[in-house]
This record gives sequence, C-alpha cells and structure tokens, in this order.
Amino acid sequence: MTALAGNNYGDTPVVPAKPDNYLTHGKTIRSWLLTLDHKRIGIMYLVVGLLAFFIGGMLAEVIRTQLLVPQGLIFHGTGSVASSYAAYRYYNQVFTLHGIIMVFLVLIPIIPGALGNFALPLLLGAKDVAFPKLNLISFYLYVVGALLAILSTVLGAVDTGWTFYTPFSIQTESYVVVMVLGIFLVGFSSIFTGINFMVTIHKLRPPGMSWFRMPLFLWAIYATSLIQVAATPVVGITFVLLMMERIMGIGIFNPALGGNPVLFQEFFWFYSHPAVYIMILPAMGIVSEIIPVFSRKHIFGYEFIALSSLAIALIGFLVWGHHIFVNGQSAELDAVFSFLTFVVAVPSAIKVWNWLATMYKGAIVLKTPMLYALSFIVLFTIGGLTGVVLGALSEDVVLHDTYFVVGHFHYVMMGGTLIGFIAGLHYWWPKMFGRMYNERIAQITCVVMFIGVNLTFFPQLMVGADGMPRRYASYLPMYQPYMIASTIGAYIQLVAFLTMAGYLMHSLFYGKKAPVNPWGGGSLEWETSSPPPHDNFETTPSVADPYDYGDLVFDPAVNGYVRTEKPADTLVPVKVAH
Amino acid sequence: MAEALAITATEEQVARQHLAHHFDTPQQQFDAGTLGMWMFLATEMLLFSGLFCAYAVFRATHPEVFKYAGQYLDPVSGLINALILLTSGLTMALAVRFAQTGKRFALSLCLALTMLGGVAFLAIHAKEYFDNGQAKLLWGTHYAPTVGPNGKPIAPVVGLVPLVVKPKPVASAGWQQLNALGKAGFVVSHSDIMPAPTGPSGVATSQKPSAPENPFQPANVQIFFGIYFLMTGLHSLHVIIGIIVIGWLLIRSFRGEFGPGYNAPVVYVGMYWGVVDMVWMFLFPLLYLIH
Repeated sequence: MTALAGNNYGDTPVVPAKPDNYLTHGKTIRSWLLTLDHKRIGIMYLVVGLLAFFIGGMLAEVIRTQLLVPQGLIFHGTGSVASSYAAYRYYNQVFTLHGIIMVFLVLIPIIPGALGNFALPLLLGAKDVAFPKLNLISFYLYVVGALLAILSTVLGAVDTGWTFYTPFSIQTESYVVVMVLGIFLVGFSSIFTGINFMVTIHKLRPPGMSWFRMPLFLWAIYATSLIQVAATPVVGITFVLLMMERIMGIGIFNPALGGNPVLFQEFFWFYSHPAVYIMILPAMGIVSEIIPVFSRKHIFGYEFIALSSLAIALIGFLVWGHHIFVNGQSAELDAVFSFLTFVVAVPSAIKVWNWLATMYKGAIVLKTPMLYALSFIVLFTIGGLTGVVLGALSEDVVLHDTYFVVGHFHYVMMGGTLIGFIAGLHYWWPKMFGRMYNERIAQITCVVMFIGVNLTFFPQLMVGADGMPRRYASYLPMYQPYMIASTIGAYIQLVAFLTMAGYLMHSLFYGKKAPVNPWGGGSLEWETSSPPPHDNFETTPSVADPYDYGDLVFDPAVNGYVRTEKPADTLVPVKVAH
Repeated sequence: MAEALAITATEEQVARQHLAHHFDTPQQQFDAGTLGMWMFLATEMLLFSGLFCAYAVFRATHPEVFKYAGQYLDPVSGLINALILLTSGLTMALAVRFAQTGKRFALSLCLALTMLGGVAFLAIHAKEYFDNGQAKLLWGTHYAPTVGPNGKPIAPVVGLVPLVVKPKPVASAGWQQLNALGKAGFVVSHSDIMPAPTGPSGVATSQKPSAPENPFQPANVQIFFGIYFLMTGLHSLHVIIGIIVIGWLLIRSFRGEFGPGYNAPVVYVGMYWGVVDMVWMFLFPLLYLIH
C-alpha cells in the first residue's frame, strides 16, 4: 500500500527520502475525523483529553485561589449570610465540574484512549485493534459525552459533587440529567474501548507471543479493560435510574417516595471504586515499561507484576464499601470491607518492590520518562499508604470527608495516574510524532512538577488530619497557612504544565528528528520507524523477550539504539525470566 | 454451530471479501467478533443486574409490597409472552443454522418469524402498560389506583410528596432575588439554612395505617411499580432494538448476502436475541409469579 515496496529498507540504514507515515498518510481533515487507524484515533483522544485536562486544571486553580483566604477570595458574600450562601453555590459548581471533568473526561479515558490506542497494537506487532470502527465510535461517544457535559454547564452547572449523591442530586436546580447523560455516553465509550482491547489482546497476539511474553503495559491494559467491561455497565444503569428519578420521579433512590438513597451510594461506588483502578492500572503499566528500559536491566518479577494487575482488578471489585463506612453500614460489613481494603494494597506494593528490585544494580539513566516514573513511585506510595490509613475503620471515622481524603485521592490521581500518563507521553512522544523534545528543559520541568505536586497535596493531608472538612468554600483561619502552601503548589504545577505544553509544541515543529529507538526499548513498537507507517510495520516483526536489552547498543550516528544483530537472525528461544 | 461446514471455493472467496485488513484469516476475524459479542452481552447482563439488585434489595426490605402489588399483574399474559419469546428464540436459532448452510429462503422466513414474535411480544406488553396506566398502577406520585387487586375499591393513596425535580437555570429568579437581598444588606433573621427536604415517607407513613378502609394495602406500593416499569421497559427497549437489527438482517438476507462463507452478523444477532429471551425468563417469574 505504501510506496516503500521497491526499496531495500531493512538491509541498509538508508531511510527513503520521503517516507510515508501515519501522520502524512492522508492529509484532509476528513481523513482524520473518519480514520480507522488506531494511531490517529489515539492522537485525537490525546487532543480532546488534553483540552479537557486544561479546563479541569483551570477549575482547580480557581478552587485553590478561592481558598487562599478563609472567607474565600473569589466567591464570597457581601457581608450577609444569605449573600454568602448564594456566592458559595458557585464554588460548589466549580469543584463539581473540576471533579467530573477530571474523573470522567481525563483520568478514565486518557491513558487507554490516547496511549493505549496508540501503543497497544504496536506492542502486539498487530496492524490495528480488533474492531477499528467500534474504536472510532468509542471516540465519538466520548466527544459527544464531553459536549453534553459542557452543555449542562452552560444551561445550569451541576453542584452535586462528582459523586451525584441522592437525594440532593434529585433536588438541585441544575441540569443533572444532561450531565449524567453525557457521563453515560462516556461510560459506553469506556466499555467499547475495554471490549476492543481485550479482544485484541486475546485474538491478535502474533505467533510466539504467549501471555507471559507480553509487555507489561498490555497486562495492565488488559486488567483495566476487564474492569471497564465489568463495572461500567453498573454505573450506566445507576445513572439511568438517576435520570429516571429526575424525569419521571421513579422513586428508587428518592426517600420521599419510599426509595433508598444509600442504594445509590452502593451502586455508585461499586463502579467508582474499581474506576480508580481503571485510572491507576494503565499508569502502573507505563511505569513497568519505563523502569527496565532506563535501568538497562531485565524487569524483575515479571509474573508478579503481570498477575498483580489482575489481582488489583479482581480484589478492587470487593472494596467499594469503604466509601460508606459512616453511612449506616453494619459493623460486620465495615470490618470485611476494611480487611479487603488492606488486601488490595498488597498487589500494589508487590509492583513497587519489583520496580525497586529492577532498578537495583541497574545502569539507571535519568531521562525525562524515568524521572516521571520515579516521581510516580514516590507519589503513588504516599497516595497508596494514606489510602490504607483511610481503610482503617477507626481512622476513617475521624478522617471521613476531610481534606485528608482530598489529599490522598489527589496523590493517587495526580501523583499516580497523571504523572504516569506524562511519563508515558514523554516515553512514546518520539514514536508518536517522530520528534525529540528538549531533554534538559523537560527534566527541569519534571523536578518542578514534583515539587509542585507535593507542595499542593501534602498540606492537604495535614490540614485534613487537623479536621478541615472537604468541599467547603470557606474555612477557619487556623487552616490558612496550609491552604496558602497548597495554593502556591498549585501555581507551581500550572507553571510546570505550561512549560511542558510549550516545549512539546516546540518539538513538533523544531524538534530533532527522532530515531527508531531513542531509549533502547526492547518491545515491538521500537522496531518500526518513528512515526510508524500507516500499517505499523514494513515487515512482520519477530517476537522476542521485550525486556532483553543485551543486543541493543547506542549508535551515535542515528542518536538512538540499534540491535547488534538483526532480530530475524536471533530466532533463538526466548529467555524466560525467572 | 461450531462444526466445520464444507466451504466451496466461491464461498471461500466470499469469506475473503469480508476479511478486514488487520486479520489473517476469516476464522480469526469470526472468533474475534464472537468474543467481542460475548463480552458485550456480559455488559448487557450487568446493565440489567443493577435493576435485579434493586429488586432484591426492595423485596428484602418491603416483602409485603411485592406480595400485594404482584397480584395486580396478569400471569397469563406474562406466560404468553414467555412462550412467544421462546418460540422466537427457536426461529432465530434456526435462522443461524440456515445462514450457515446457505438456505436463503428458510433464513428469510425464520428471520421474519422472529421479528413477528418480537412485535407480538411488544403488542401484548403495550396492552398491559395501557391497562396499568388506566388503573393508575404507576410509579412514584403517579400511583393512585382506585381498585385493589381483588377488584374491590380502595381509598386513594395519600402522603407522597416528591422532592423538587424541575431543573431550572442556576441564575433563576429566586437566586437573583437571594443575591439582591444579600447585596442590599438584608440579613435573614431566623435561619439562613434552606429548609430540609421532606423526610422519608417510608418510616413515617408506615407507622400510621395508610388507609383504614383498606387494611390490606401496604405503604409504598409505588416502589414495586417503579421497578416493574424500569425492568420491563429496559427489556422492551432491547426487544425493539432486536427487531430493528433483525429487520436489517432480513434485508441483507433478501439480497442473498449470507451463506456458508459469510454469516457472522446472523450469528451475533442470534446471540443477542438469546440474551433478550433469557432476561424475560428471569423477569417473568420475578414480577408475575410472586405468589
């Protein structure tokens, strides 16, 4: 299909003068909008996801600015309590939108949608995902859902918090139905993506790639997809019920009609707790890819990392009750959920220890993806351990609905998922766009980001332990020093993100051409050109151990790694790591 | 179904025509589609599972409501519908078989019969819904029957006050008024906290006999009808979608597109229709056969 059929690509290092790649394969807007190419769909997810992230991030800055002073800097009354009440409602809308946009439009879809779509078939050595049309439908469901979310904000922004707890979500005078319909569609997008990825991994693995020879990112995506497929329908029906509640007054969750509002909480968290694993598992997969490459050492404990992803996915379904410890659940159930919450921390810890063991005595290269991966380990560990603190019953009674929960959640989501996403973005950026970013600026940005994240969220843990409740537009003056620190941290993050946007945009136009394999990765996506051709591979790549870096050496001529022997010559049985 | 059928060279060519570029063999493509379809059907079951779960919770907490309200439903029409769906399941399974063996007329006939079964199911169900509407056997505040399940008159239901459900723009008149009051320096004298919503009626109204003239009517019967309409409504929606998709298959079948070489859509829709049938086999006893 491409014009490369006649050249001697592969035998000489000469690259064709104008190689066709997926970015230049079709030039019309239509060739992008109606594309079935997983790489282009991934890029479209990336664009929309980053746009949503920008909006959600700006809302976060509004929240932090509001909390600079105890009575609120942006939304505050004119002295009377009634005016404060009216003004503070805007604050409720802001934090609600921040939560909804970040959770449903950024954290859940961005890694599977953008990086998963781009990298999954490449890692498999496949031409595409199993159902390319369904993949495009998923993307448009996501876009339409996002547009509905914006529409509801224009009509009358939701002020329920991202959790939509009944009965307030039935009462409130805002466009809950439109918002929930949008999230419902985004949920279906998530389900279809999950089905697509699972079937792709089951059916499109190349000959020779058994389950335990897959790159770990695929295991993580597989576990993620499992949760997406098994949990999202439940929140789908929950949101349908909530819509029926508001449209028809069906009464299932409405105490005034004999319904049960706690049932909503059970349904909601049955999805939304596994959903945090939808968000964190792919980030863990990215870190599992990056750590061995930049340690120049085989991954340690491959099977443990692979299976712990599945363990997190499965146990993650059984811990939702820890969100409602104080909402009238029986003490026996509380104890069971508390125990299972401790159990689910074990597979996460297994991953962390295996990453550390991989780095041990490795030749660590502190390039930007590695710096972000290391940040991930630190931040995620803080987030995970504070989660165990919250899982303990007696502590949860005290810390429930305080800023401690906010700090914990943001350590996991910002420090875990988003830092992992940024790590993956920097790792695959040369492959996606064929350009290198400025390494030095990127490294400095990572350090600034690390400082910003900690300065934002660590004071929140402290102020929460001191008793400051979450979701309040105002607070007691005693908490102000913590709040100021947190706000400064948020501004530092903003600076870091803007710098990142700057150097990444710059690289697209002025960056150095990326080599085929800039980091020395051993998985299949580094066997094809940067950016890859429309059909991904000129020749079907041969499958080897993705974590064996023995024959990869740095070649200054191409500024990247090359194999000392051609992969076709190394058809020896793959070394199985034990 | 899985047995290998003798495929002629022409059919082999047909199969190749329908092979997408990223699959190696038609078999791989078919297997991928089947696995995807099974997963999709699993998500469909999970969609229903939320309602089954709500059913279980309310039946456990309000057994008297289900015992009472279940008498309103007519088990005969539910049974007829079950038989209709079972029969349509048979015709659909036969359609799959005829598609694989390349019997085009029989395939079209079976698809048409399956559609007919779906339409008949919907017609009977619509009649039931209509009767429920006439008797005011509806959800929430719309529940106001004047006749009990035994045919004797009952007192109207009282005491259901819905929460505010009308969505209004945020900058509504009330808000602006509140803002204006605040800017004018008006201080609310007694309390500036909005009045609490009406409390749960479940506990409060069940303490007092809801209607002394009819001691057999328990409180909160509307819950049952809420669940009834949600479950059967969602199921009917799936039947409607099924009829549309089978209609699409019928058109393609008339064009002679299906045969031993290419029949995947018929197989997938057959799986879907089987699940739709199966859901009713659960709904029917749970809703109609409570006694």
